[in-house]
Amino acid sequence: MTGEITGVVFTFLLTLLLAYPLGKYIARVFSGEKSFMDLMNPAERFFFRVSGIDPKEPMNWKQFLKAMLTINMLWLVYAMLLLVFQDKLPLNPDGNGGQTPDLAFNTAISFLVNCNLQHYSGESGLTYFTQLFVITFLQFVSAATGIAALAGMLNGLKHKTTQNLGNFWNLFTRSITRILLPLCIIGAVLLAFNGTPTSFDGKDTITTLQGDSVQVSRGPAAGMIAIKHLGTNGGGWFGTNSAHPLENPNYFTNILEMVMQVVIPVALLFALGFYLNRRKLARVLFGIMTLGMLCLLIPTIMAEVGGNPAIEKMGITQATGAMEGKEVRFGPAASAYWSTVTTIISTGSVNSMHDSSMPVSGLMQLLGMMINAFYGGCGVGILNYLIYIIIAVFISGLMVGRTPEFMGHKVEAREVKIAALVTLLSAFLIKGFVALAAYMVAHHPEMAWAVKPGSWLNNPSYHGFSEMLYEYTSANANNGSGFEGLGDNNVFWNVTTGIVLLLARFIPIIGPVAIIGLLANKKFIPDSPGTLRIDSWTFGIMTFAVIIVINALSFFPALTLGPLAEYFSLY
Amino acid sequence: MKQHNKVSLFEPSLVNTAIRQSFVKLHPGLMIKNPVMFTVEIGTAVMLIVSLYQLITGDLSQGAAWYNWVIFSILLLTVLFANFAEALAEARGKAQAESLRKTREETPAKKITSDGKIDILSSSMLHLGDQFVCEAGDIIPMDGEITQGIATIDESAITGESAPVIREAGGDKSSVTGGTKVLSDRIVVKVTTQPGESFLDKMIALVEGASRQKTPNEIALTILLASFTLIFIIVCVTLKPFADYANTPITIAAFISLFVCLIPTTIGGLLSAIGIAGMDRALRANVIAKSGKAVETAGDVDVLLLDKTGTITIGNRKATHFYATETEDENEFIQKALLSSLSDDTPEGKSIVELAHAKGVNAQAAAGSQFVQFTAETRSSGVDTPDGNKIRKGAFDAIRQMAIQAGHTVSHTTEQKVKSIAENGGTPLVVAVNNKIKGVIELQDIIKPGIQERFQRLRKMGVKTVMVTGDNPLTAKYIAEKAGVDDFIAEAKPEDKMNYIKKEQNAGKLVAMMGDGTNDAPALAQADVGVAMNSGTQAAKEAGNMVDLDNDPTKLIEVVEIGKQLLITRGTLTTFSIANDVAKYFAIVPALFIAAIPALQSLNIMGLKSPESAILSAVIFNAIIIPMLIPLALKGVSYKPIGASALLRRNLLIYGLGGVIVPFIGIKLIDMLLGLFM
Repeated sequence: MTGEITGVVFTFLLTLLLAYPLGKYIARVFSGEKSFMDLMNPAERFFFRVSGIDPKEPMNWKQFLKAMLTINMLWLVYAMLLLVFQDKLPLNPDGNGGQTPDLAFNTAISFLVNCNLQHYSGESGLTYFTQLFVITFLQFVSAATGIAALAGMLNGLKHKTTQNLGNFWNLFTRSITRILLPLCIIGAVLLAFNGTPTSFDGKDTITTLQGDSVQVSRGPAAGMIAIKHLGTNGGGWFGTNSAHPLENPNYFTNILEMVMQVVIPVALLFALGFYLNRRKLARVLFGIMTLGMLCLLIPTIMAEVGGNPAIEKMGITQATGAMEGKEVRFGPAASAYWSTVTTIISTGSVNSMHDSSMPVSGLMQLLGMMINAFYGGCGVGILNYLIYIIIAVFISGLMVGRTPEFMGHKVEAREVKIAALVTLLSAFLIKGFVALAAYMVAHHPEMAWAVKPGSWLNNPSYHGFSEMLYEYTSANANNGSGFEGLGDNNVFWNVTTGIVLLLARFIPIIGPVAIIGLLANKKFIPDSPGTLRIDSWTFGIMTFAVIIVINALSFFPALTLGPLAEYFSLY
Repeated sequence: MKQHNKVSLFEPSLVNTAIRQSFVKLHPGLMIKNPVMFTVEIGTAVMLIVSLYQLITGDLSQGAAWYNWVIFSILLLTVLFANFAEALAEARGKAQAESLRKTREETPAKKITSDGKIDILSSSMLHLGDQFVCEAGDIIPMDGEITQGIATIDESAITGESAPVIREAGGDKSSVTGGTKVLSDRIVVKVTTQPGESFLDKMIALVEGASRQKTPNEIALTILLASFTLIFIIVCVTLKPFADYANTPITIAAFISLFVCLIPTTIGGLLSAIGIAGMDRALRANVIAKSGKAVETAGDVDVLLLDKTGTITIGNRKATHFYATETEDENEFIQKALLSSLSDDTPEGKSIVELAHAKGVNAQAAAGSQFVQFTAETRSSGVDTPDGNKIRKGAFDAIRQMAIQAGHTVSHTTEQKVKSIAENGGTPLVVAVNNKIKGVIELQDIIKPGIQERFQRLRKMGVKTVMVTGDNPLTAKYIAEKAGVDDFIAEAKPEDKMNYIKKEQNAGKLVAMMGDGTNDAPALAQADVGVAMNSGTQAAKEAGNMVDLDNDPTKLIEVVEIGKQLLITRGTLTTFSIANDVAKYFAIVPALFIAAIPALQSLNIMGLKSPESAILSAVIFNAIIIPMLIPLALKGVSYKPIGASALLRRNLLIYGLGGVIVPFIGIKLIDMLLGLFM
């Protein structure tokens, strides 16, 4: 067991070791300084010339958001059309059919918004063409959209008073060509050498030890699996995601994939420190987020390693911890670490079945997604954290007797209004839709949908409630992991989660960018001894408290009826 | 501070008014201004309907009748408590303002008609631009500016200060306030305000709430509180399908109780009281704020411009030493200095006489002495004695010129002395007899005792202090260092103040200043917080956003603290209110579901007796915490200048952590008490 824990610690430290120089490099990319990746210059210039874009054109926050939203809308239509008509398109050796409109709606949105909630199984629901030109494409651009939004926010904070958040097209393109693509190539090659398929052939057939013949799906998977983690997307090539032996063949690839999903979010924190020249702020943000991560990780590891008390009562020893739903090649500790990072970072890939996690782990996974700001997804994690900061700045500004300020700009009614709206949104979306689903289960179990509400839930009672809660929480966090055990491929779940996905993706990007846009326009106030320093540990703890309190107040009753009730019944 | 300003927090007459007002304020039209308490009122109404419905139909599906009535009563009390807090704050402010207004009730006014006759009419008949006459013994009927004459005036009705003050036409002391009494002489005054529009009238209207506008900061906080309220609406509404799913029936009373307990009623109920109390505290410090925003802004001030004279130093320069030249006899010299100053009415001259007397030197002006007034050309004053001596005292430059012209030399020691006095912040006055230098008198500024500590305190608050003085840079620097101010403007002209303010503002700083003269008006208007002295000119008073009735230049420091206190009180009570919810959740949520999910007993960490008593305890705690916090809301949370991070830690610990712990104890105690009856 110590070995397993050591593996987790090693993975985390390795991530930090890589994230620090990467952060330094990302800051250089943001500021347009020279770097060895200038070899991408001709390609970038080609894209800009073909699209008629002037990459130096300044954008204010409204223009910035307009560019971002327009191109996203275009991708949505493009992706939906391809998914519905994929059976008519090439690269379909397995002869898979087109998606139903509601499933295509859900899938297109889900990948567009960096969520990757999958109501289908990759082996049968997609073709190689859509895997590559819809799924993998969206995994790149959605991650780059988040990184570009963050870069825009940092531009607003870099200068004392400015209208200019930078050029969205430029930031977006560079995020792909200079950050995601190079890292992805390294990751994909490492995966391919460890056995992940990289072939355009259709299903293979093997004969098992029992003598049965089994069809094994393949495809050009390694590249997609690399970006699924690097871009904090999470949607798997195969239905069982990174629990699948070809998607995540061994302990080394498990470490590799865990490092890949955490490295960019952490590097972006360091990049913030270098780019704004506020290293202390980056350190405090990193410290608080790591504290949050540990608060979720440690109970999860303890619960998983400790095993299931119900099995213990049956007189069965569990030397290897709670193994239900876990891969033997990874074990409970590595699975616990994965389940924690995948939920806090909004990746949503899984290497174990979250439905089978212990109640405490389920609680921690849910909390990780509700908070959604401990490191968080590519770029958007810091944007989410900004919302908490604005609320913390406001309350603590009052507590020290000064009109609240954030990085030299006064925080006033408009900014508070936006922050409050964004905070309100997740409570509204998660609880509202869970309530709707619970209502359907309780009052209309016989609705004639592809899966009747009465048969949605694999488990009755608390655990069934957790399954519904998890699905919407995952959708709201743009996480994409599933508790599973939920009959979700029907018009109700496809449409409702689709709506949640769209709103929960773009409003939390629009909100922070607008706040920064408004703040950056205001007069700059230099720090004085009376100013509350946001890069102090005191303020960090204050933000942490705000995060805990807001989420506890919003979700305590729901968590009580789900994982808490299950926990108290089990122990 | 003045005795009559102290009113006990729960003065019976004020409490009576406040109780009456708290019922009047139940009117939904008034309640809607406070969204948090408005939702509580709706909840109360729903409980009333539920209880009445039960009474008529006898339907018991919504729980026992007495229980619903109790919940209804407690909710009603919650609303009333919040109204009471606001009403009490208003009543206190109003009482304070009324006592000031009483001084200016109907008084006869001697108006000068257009044909120059004097017409006696009531003060309320006076209009802007009218002129009236006041003679010894008259009460001044209206705020105005003296156009003719000089008078001593008793302003104790307003400032509480019994010493009479001199007001005269022209200059910076020309303003008189209605309600004050002329003690001597005759003045002609021009009315400068419309009836009902004087500062006091404006202040009373602000406190009474009629024209009270929410400050930007208050609006932002209201938005935040409203969004918390919305979150809890979502929590409570979604609980119904959740409960259906879990097969747990939840009564309306339980829903409403959960909702009212969760929404930030504590801060919601006290918010407007805090705002009013802030203005009231300013008024108690004898500062009339023209808006609530002005008080709030004061808390944010980064730079404070203070006049040297009267603020940092006591009044004027005083003589501290006599230095005779080596050839002169000390006593002889003192006597000459004394003779030159006997008829000098300037404060400096008087102080020389005082010092000479203190040294035991006495002299009488001989008959036939000719006194020479100070003029700008000679830059000296003095006396021509009958025995033909011309004694002169003045600035070193002036006297030296006289001496050299007369063929005398200036000794090296004299020059040394003059230089060393100037370097030590003093002003040297040189005395010459018949153009021969006899010695030097040292004049010194006396720095107010305790002023260093106050500047220290301001520095810790993050406020930069700037001394404004007409002195030369050398003297100014010395005094600035000695008093502990951060910066100074020497040889200041009015436009220097203005430029300094603009420079700081361009760097993003908020600047406060105090002024009285007409030439201060532009700077007062430019400053973010401009405090005009009540004795100052009308122009100055119009330009500033506060008026100090005491004419006390150190008042700015108090104003800054009042502003900070206002924000801190809001912030800490918000934190306290939100932190309370943790305990309330632990009381109510297990109570709601315990019947269906017995395992949740483990969440009942307070060990509350029954679901009913748990909910009741939480609601009662939620109600009584409001009146318990009224004293804090009205007095304000004290401000400690210990640096922002330390202050945050301290307040977070007291009001954040305290806010988590206190309700656990409170709810448990109430539950134990209820256990005796239930």
